[in-house]
Amino acid sequence: MRLREFVIEKLLFIAALSSLAVLALIAVFVFIEGTPIMLREGLGSFLLGAKWAPTKGSFGILPMIMGSIWVTVGALLIAGPVGVACAVFLVEIAPRQVADVVRPAIQLLAGIPSVVYGFIGIVVLVPFIRETFGGPGLSILSAAIILGVMVLPTVISIAQNALEAVPVEYKQGALALGCTHWQTILLVILPTARTGLITALVLGMGRAVGETMAVIMVVGNAVKLPINPLDPARTLTSNIALEMAYAAGAHREALFATGVVLFVFIMILNALANMRLRRRGSHR
Amino acid sequence: MAHHRRSHLLLVMAIIAGLSIGVAGCRGPQSGGLTVAGSTSVQPLVEHLAERYMAEHHGEVVNVQGSGSTAGIRAAVSGAAAIGMASRELEPTERDLHRFLIAQDAIAVIVHPANPVKALRREQLRDIYARRIRDWQQLGGNPGTINFITREEGSGTRGAFQEIVMGDAEISADGIVQDSTGTVRAIVAGDRNAIGYISLGMVTPEVATISLDEVVPTHDAVISGQYPLTRPFLLVTSGEPGPRERAFMDYLHQPACQAIIEEEGYVPSAAESRS
Repeated sequence: MRLREFVIEKLLFIAALSSLAVLALIAVFVFIEGTPIMLREGLGSFLLGAKWAPTKGSFGILPMIMGSIWVTVGALLIAGPVGVACAVFLVEIAPRQVADVVRPAIQLLAGIPSVVYGFIGIVVLVPFIRETFGGPGLSILSAAIILGVMVLPTVISIAQNALEAVPVEYKQGALALGCTHWQTILLVILPTARTGLITALVLGMGRAVGETMAVIMVVGNAVKLPINPLDPARTLTSNIALEMAYAAGAHREALFATGVVLFVFIMILNALANMRLRRRGSHR
Repeated sequence: MAHHRRSHLLLVMAIIAGLSIGVAGCRGPQSGGLTVAGSTSVQPLVEHLAERYMAEHHGEVVNVQGSGSTAGIRAAVSGAAAIGMASRELEPTERDLHRFLIAQDAIAVIVHPANPVKALRREQLRDIYARRIRDWQQLGGNPGTINFITREEGSGTRGAFQEIVMGDAEISADGIVQDSTGTVRAIVAGDRNAIGYISLGMVTPEVATISLDEVVPTHDAVISGQYPLTRPFLLVTSGEPGPRERAFMDYLHQPACQAIIEEEGYVPSAAESRS
């Protein structure tokens, strides 16, 4: 009996280790393939170079870094307010029956394949933006709107957890002091849940930075520094996905190096989110 | 360094492949399919022909995989695929491969059907993609900024366009980049100010073709060599093809297959044959 316990425990341990090992392998592989060219080209000219012509020996990924930042920030400007408002509604205002319908509907949103979002983007959103605001339509704005909708489920569910974690005494106290429901939400509940709400945004950001398929379809993929939201741009992920199939030699290495930058980006975001979570944990 | 590591990876892949061939081998004497990999432009055509080939040659299996011209040529060199497909001419470093022409494809320049501009000279097209001409008005069309759409770096279609139209000029970084024929066509079909280029075989009535140097891209113009924007569809093998590769490649030159190639909108090239 004890032997069996022992074996099962070890098997579970190995299973846990294997997922770690996969992460380590991916990280090591991407870094080994990607770093030589960064060092050869010089980190500065790789990260801050504005010209990307990999078949002619120019490897600057600044346009892609800026593209990713623009698109991600844009997505958050949309998903942040809408997501938090939706979470507040679900936790504080919605009657039970309404919340029971809205909650699964939002989770369903997370289950739609990204290529479907991209397709709707190219067929409906892009022509709309082209006709309303001008420009080619395939733009940062289109990508930000599509991504904003895509990260909504992440933002809403984490924001909801944060709001639900606010001790009920705080709310009772505020109401007892004569605050209206809205004042209680605005002055007590939201500030108390602040760190959790920021975590929601950071994790949404991580999801937005990493999204590829839908972005490729609507962002235009032009390799130039974007100046306004109606410009087409290229993100780090779409750069890799667009060119990987054809790339060889230094071009391929440069795409791995793009992957390294993306990796570091996402690790920083996750570290930020973890820090926030831990700090929130120590509060209680 | 990198090559060393890649050979390890290849070794692992070879072991896996070896195991799966071993398993597949139990099914019959004709073990292990003929793998054909490369250009996504050539892939649909070869896939179609391979199906016929398999139906007519019982027991023979041909796997067709699309991964891009450069990747296909690399696969043929490394032995990962028996035959590589390319939708561009071989580069000087690739000249030692065995080259086998199956068809000529024309690249059509397309615009929205409502666009009044129906003809361009090659220099004008070059200037559009180099962003020296920015407005349709400069070409006699309705005023509006030209939204030009190009393919991604390394695409065979882009390679041919660069070589034949652009020459030494660079395609401007302002252009929209799409990674498939279908999306280029979809965007042009929806945008009155857009221009793009796709394989002639993929043109549908949603978009209008533009005549280049006063030659309308038709089948006849491509055969006669008048239409300037054409490129070869190639199969390549590393060294002389073996008997199985030879059998498949020769099959593609049979009249029945050449007729299908023509039906699909490409120009068959049995006449020009192997070099």
